[in-house]
Amino acid sequence: MLSRRIFIAAAGAVLGALGTLPAYAQEVVKIGLILPMTGPFASTGRQVEAGVKAYMAINGDTAGGKKIEVVLRDDAGTADQTRRIAQELVVNDGVSMLMGFGLTPLAMSVAPVLNQAKIPAIITSATTSAIMKQSEYFVRTSMGGPQSALPVATWAVENGLKRVVTLVTDYGPGHDIEKGFVDQYKKEGGEIVESVRVPLQNPDFAPFLQRVRDAKPDAVFVFVPSGVGSLFMKQFVERGLADAGIKLIATGDVTDDDLLNGIGEAAKGVITGHFYSADHDSPENKAFVEEVRKSNNGMRPNFMSVGGYDAMHLAYMALEKSGGDTDGTKLVEAMKGAEWTSPRGPIMIDPQTRDIVQDIYIREVKEVDGELYNVEFTKYEKIRAPNSAQ
Amino acid sequence: MLTILFDGIAYGMLLFILACGLTITLGLMNFINLAHGAFAMTGGYVTVVMMNRYGLSFYWCLPAAFFVSAALGAILERTLYRRLYQASHLDQVLFSVGLVFMAVAAADYVMGGQQQLIQLPPELSGRTEIIGIGIGRYRLFTIVVCAFLAMGLQLILSKTRFGSRLRAAVDDRRVAMGLGINVPVVFALTFAFGSGLAGLGGAMGAEILGLDPNFPLKFMIYFLIVVAVGGTSTVSGPFLAAILLGIADVAGKYYVPAIGPFVIYGLMILMLIVRPNGLFARGGAR
Amino acid sequence: MSVVADGSRALAPMPDDAARSQIRRRSRIRLYELVIWFLAVAAIIVLPSKMLILTEIAILALFAVSLDLVLGFAGIVSLGHTAFFGLGAYVAGLFARHYFAEPVAGLILAGAASGLLGFATSFLVLRGSDLTRLMTTLGIALMLGELANQMGWLTGGADGLSGFSLDPILGLFEFDLWGRNGYIYCLAVLFTSTMIARRIAYSPFGLSLKAIKTNPMRAAMVGVPARRRIIIVYTVAAVMAGFSGALLTQTTSFVSPDVLAFHRSADVLLVLVIGGTGYLYGGILGAIGFTLLRDWLSVVTPQYWMFWIGLLLIILVLVGRDRLAGWMQYLPGRLAQSRSSRS
Repeated sequence: MLSRRIFIAAAGAVLGALGTLPAYAQEVVKIGLILPMTGPFASTGRQVEAGVKAYMAINGDTAGGKKIEVVLRDDAGTADQTRRIAQELVVNDGVSMLMGFGLTPLAMSVAPVLNQAKIPAIITSATTSAIMKQSEYFVRTSMGGPQSALPVATWAVENGLKRVVTLVTDYGPGHDIEKGFVDQYKKEGGEIVESVRVPLQNPDFAPFLQRVRDAKPDAVFVFVPSGVGSLFMKQFVERGLADAGIKLIATGDVTDDDLLNGIGEAAKGVITGHFYSADHDSPENKAFVEEVRKSNNGMRPNFMSVGGYDAMHLAYMALEKSGGDTDGTKLVEAMKGAEWTSPRGPIMIDPQTRDIVQDIYIREVKEVDGELYNVEFTKYEKIRAPNSAQ
Repeated sequence: MLTILFDGIAYGMLLFILACGLTITLGLMNFINLAHGAFAMTGGYVTVVMMNRYGLSFYWCLPAAFFVSAALGAILERTLYRRLYQASHLDQVLFSVGLVFMAVAAADYVMGGQQQLIQLPPELSGRTEIIGIGIGRYRLFTIVVCAFLAMGLQLILSKTRFGSRLRAAVDDRRVAMGLGINVPVVFALTFAFGSGLAGLGGAMGAEILGLDPNFPLKFMIYFLIVVAVGGTSTVSGPFLAAILLGIADVAGKYYVPAIGPFVIYGLMILMLIVRPNGLFARGGAR
Repeated sequence: MSVVADGSRALAPMPDDAARSQIRRRSRIRLYELVIWFLAVAAIIVLPSKMLILTEIAILALFAVSLDLVLGFAGIVSLGHTAFFGLGAYVAGLFARHYFAEPVAGLILAGAASGLLGFATSFLVLRGSDLTRLMTTLGIALMLGELANQMGWLTGGADGLSGFSLDPILGLFEFDLWGRNGYIYCLAVLFTSTMIARRIAYSPFGLSLKAIKTNPMRAAMVGVPARRRIIIVYTVAAVMAGFSGALLTQTTSFVSPDVLAFHRSADVLLVLVIGGTGYLYGGILGAIGFTLLRDWLSVVTPQYWMFWIGLLLIILVLVGRDRLAGWMQYLPGRLAQSRSSRS
């Protein structure tokens, strides 16, 4: 008898608790930031966190009349952890927005939670096109699929590189970028000699580079994740591909700002296309770079970092627009079509695809004041994410 | 074709130099030390710090990496590992995994999570053409160093007094002690030497394999593969195994990129099925 | 542990009914088991906000229990147990995506597929030393992981398999956002599987396994067919690991090649060893301890929690895990009695 009464009482308490959940976030708006802070992709997490913090340091912690509180959690780059943490943040901590997601599978795993809980999630890093179709509540401030690769293809043809070998890492974003580049390059009239794919867990690039060398193209187009990108650069030089007359063109991941100085001489003269360089000349960027350096031990922000910065900006904008209303659907509506000047340059959220529209810069690695930077010299304006167009 | 062979050998040699310390601790001292990669990482970071922060020459870094890792190995052996020689394999695995976790987090805390890169001296970078074969200079350097090391190791173990003492201590600890061999010291020295080798491997591997706090976890599998395939009772077994795996891996990735990653694992399983005790098993020693 | 000694003693010639009564005594359900299950069920009501982490614990516990059958009873050190976990996860995911999204059917199919793989690979773990087995099992798991990564058309490659949602369990209970039904479902599977494992472990069959583990030669001499027994228990363990993989897929509606990654095999081994091998509940207790600790640490210090886990492991080993695993001895009153009556 007693047990049944306890049961009813407990059940009542549970229901009561559930009922009060939405009211929880009255004064404070919580944003759940889920990043890989440990594991192989820890540097992504570190950079995004730095960007988020820099935004709050510069712009304060109130938006739409609410105090913003960021809850940082580590998912160690494991998809089921991401999903559980997202679900817990939504159910237990009552967050109104999610943010982060270092890798494609991590973002993918959260989609069902978003659809069920109707909460917006701003992607700061993962780039695969396919993510955006998984949920109406995804918005992206990093890059949409092969966005950075298209202008590189155009630029290559314009500058007389007619035969190209592509070399990408064998995972979602790699396939995406390979497809984007190859399609665009063929459309412009170039010839793809060969497409090489490198496994994600790959310690040594030697066999793949040798394959590229033996194919004797005008240039090799490369996409590898930023950490191994620097290793790739060194081996590229060591193998003498540059001496064999093969030019290296790449997306900006290879000449990641964070690691560029460590690559050293080898990187000089490399042509890359990307959406952000720490060298970008604008007052917004100056303030951003200075803030990140100041509070992170002199670390230079990279494209991950700016993704985090803009994600916060978008969150603030949405809250201002909704007047502090934290209803997920309204927030997503508020985000659609948002336009602002980011440290990377002018950007916009496409109202249809919720993906980012931005300028892509073609840069060359040069020495500026004793440090290596990606120096921008041409830009292609308002590039849309090609594969996620519905 | 020959270039691929060359690259494969260089890669295999690097694997060997990283794994041979493990061969010693695992094979001779019968201790499953999964934290071996942590010592390799120490060596790598020593090199990075010396070169990038103090601008010392790469050639000085290699012995420094060896000695720092060896010293670290000796300290840990005296304080911690020593207690676990008699423990079960499971305890050893658990203990060394704990050590790996600590090393990963500590490296992250001290050095930061990003890839560390070093600048090789100019005479080691780049590439030379010899009778039509492209030879990476650094890879050649790796091969030479490793070949000397393998020979030296084999000589020390089979010809010197220390080698025979060690083997005696391993085969029968009590009898060895009865004969007046100071077993704990022999073990400590051996362990330190094995850790030092790992450190050297880490220092040399930093250029090709990269270096970040996750190094010990990422390459633990490769070390284990080399040791398991090569067998744990000789030096030549892991040496051959490492070269074989290196060549197979590089050639597999060059000729059949689609199934490249399977080659190394498939080869391992195949060899384990055919020769469960390693390439050159010492018949029924244990 | 004393359990091991019991196992070999049971094989000594003794009168039939004495042996039978000993087995019966050993297999009696103990109070601490009831407490564990009672708490697990009570958590549904008491801790509604912790359903998700409890679900994770239940899945990890099932995985660890299945490894205990292999490690604690058959004595095979495996670093590749996640091969079965991952296969189960993928089978459940693919089945839900392409054919039929009812979870229980997917669960059974996943278990069957993993069991088949377990049977096929069991022949590889019959011979060789600890290290050889370690590496063979590891190699199989790594190859499967690569396979999942390469066969992008089927598995979604490194991006993972997504875009499916599960129907309500048995058509009745929907997976809710709070994870309550998911937890109940996982708990039910964990309970059933543990009871089956328990039945096996404390049967004469289980005792013969312990005999094989303790002394293979003597076991062979008293006529225990070691090969066949190991194959059977390995297969059963694979089925259970497949179940736990399927549960993970079904509660998260997502699979990525991560389910086959090395760290999962290592984690489950740690969990099991922390909790203690050879008595089934070690996996469950280890899973509870490990997951809660990791979760707490990763909230307190998101970047460096690994350091503290590592430190803890080292202390655990140095202090001696046997002392921790022997926790039952310190329990007062009836609990201790039920144990002492057994030995």
